[in-house]
Amino acid sequence: MANRWTNTLTERDVTPEGVYLNRRQMIAGAAGLGLIGGAGGAQAQDDALEPNSWEDITSYNNYYEFGTDKGDPARYADALTIEPWSVRIDGLVDKPGDYAFDEIMAKMTVEERLYRFRCVEAWSMVVPWNGFELADLLEMAGVQSGAKYVAFETVLRPDEMRGVAYPVLDWPYVEGLRLDEAMHPLTIMATGIYGRDIPNQNGAPLRLIVPWKYGFKSIKSVVRITLTDVEPPTSWNKANAREYGFYSNVNPEVDHPRWSQATERRIGGGLFSPRIPTQMFNGYGDEVAGLYEGMDLTQKF
Amino acid sequence: MLVDRINALARRVPVWSVWLVLLAPAVWTFWLGLTGGLGAEPIKALERELGEVALQLLVLGLCITPLRRFLGLNLIRFRRAIGLLAFTYVGLHLLVWLVLDVQIPAQIWADIVKRPYVTVGFTAFLLMIPLALTSNDWSLRRLGPRWRQLHKLTYGVAVLGAVHFIWLSKGFQIEPLIYLAMILGLLALRWRASRRVQRA
Repeated sequence: MANRWTNTLTERDVTPEGVYLNRRQMIAGAAGLGLIGGAGGAQAQDDALEPNSWEDITSYNNYYEFGTDKGDPARYADALTIEPWSVRIDGLVDKPGDYAFDEIMAKMTVEERLYRFRCVEAWSMVVPWNGFELADLLEMAGVQSGAKYVAFETVLRPDEMRGVAYPVLDWPYVEGLRLDEAMHPLTIMATGIYGRDIPNQNGAPLRLIVPWKYGFKSIKSVVRITLTDVEPPTSWNKANAREYGFYSNVNPEVDHPRWSQATERRIGGGLFSPRIPTQMFNGYGDEVAGLYEGMDLTQKF
Repeated sequence: MLVDRINALARRVPVWSVWLVLLAPAVWTFWLGLTGGLGAEPIKALERELGEVALQLLVLGLCITPLRRFLGLNLIRFRRAIGLLAFTYVGLHLLVWLVLDVQIPAQIWADIVKRPYVTVGFTAFLLMIPLALTSNDWSLRRLGPRWRQLHKLTYGVAVLGAVHFIWLSKGFQIEPLIYLAMILGLLALRWRASRRVQRA
């Protein structure tokens, strides 16, 4: 049952990449001359979603298994073998097992989803993902009635991932969602960008996308999905519980202890890129605020 | 001997050429940022590069005394220039943070007060101001022995700079820790040397 949610903008509104690149060069040139942009402070969030370029999306990544520099994943993620690939789905499901990537893709309906992507580091992008709803995958495995949470795990291959030689985080990278968050129609497993296969640095061959949460929740290169009845551990929460909560919903009113979350900078605006206000639930409040009714989001951050 | 040759060469190198060479990275990085050479997010890249060069210059400045004491290498005539260059880089780093990165004046002050890593970095900058103001011949003559006392503030500045770098990093990262280790090592060399002098 795909297509539970559609963009308010349709595919036809996605600017062709070439046109976009040209337009950006013009903007960069104008900004360089001081014609636009500048340090004018926060500007109104532009509602028309303009996707970032392929170049931006695939060159500026956090994927610490390949290094902590933003350019490291694009430099080193080629070493990751993504064929063959399978995802182990286990825990409280009717049909546990190793599901081959091709087998999954044969059963899933891939859609385009143009989403805002907000990193906890206060930068953001707009990405035209291709992917399928996580709910469809979970339904394929048969979620049992006792399941309350979904745990995810990233592949861990020290031979192919040079970054895991350093204890930046406790490897493998793990993440988790409440079952209702996982089943939400906005939550997808992305397998492509701009209609092409998702590159390794962005989490090939399939990665989670939860657009109303900070980017680190959207775990990459998933090899295991476990349905559980207890809140699963999550990597950044384990590393620093004071700074990173289980929920990590985008929230301009709850600051990261070390920096403000009130504003963000859209990647791709050059040296004079302005800050824009961050939206509650990254602008998806109409769709997801109901999931957190009655919760104190300053406590459950 | 090699050391003597280097010393002879160093005597002939004008101090202004050190300025020219060591300011080049700032100009070059800014140019790259303007022309798209710093990647998708040039603001953070520029900010980080300026901060890191500042830290490297502080380390270089702390190397001058041990180089002379242990190897007989005399580069002392470049030390004030190196210190002033470090101050310049910290100033540019701060300026990029203020104008290009944070942008919003109310938030700048809030960050300085509320965010410990910003407080630490800003404190280091403030401590460098008296050092920069007195890095001239007139002040050196005027302050006499107090000049050396005052300029020991550099030790604190370097440590604060490294702590600032460690504190702003996400997760457990090696690079900022290496800077702190180098700085503490260079300070330890001084401490041992001064104890030896006291005992003698």
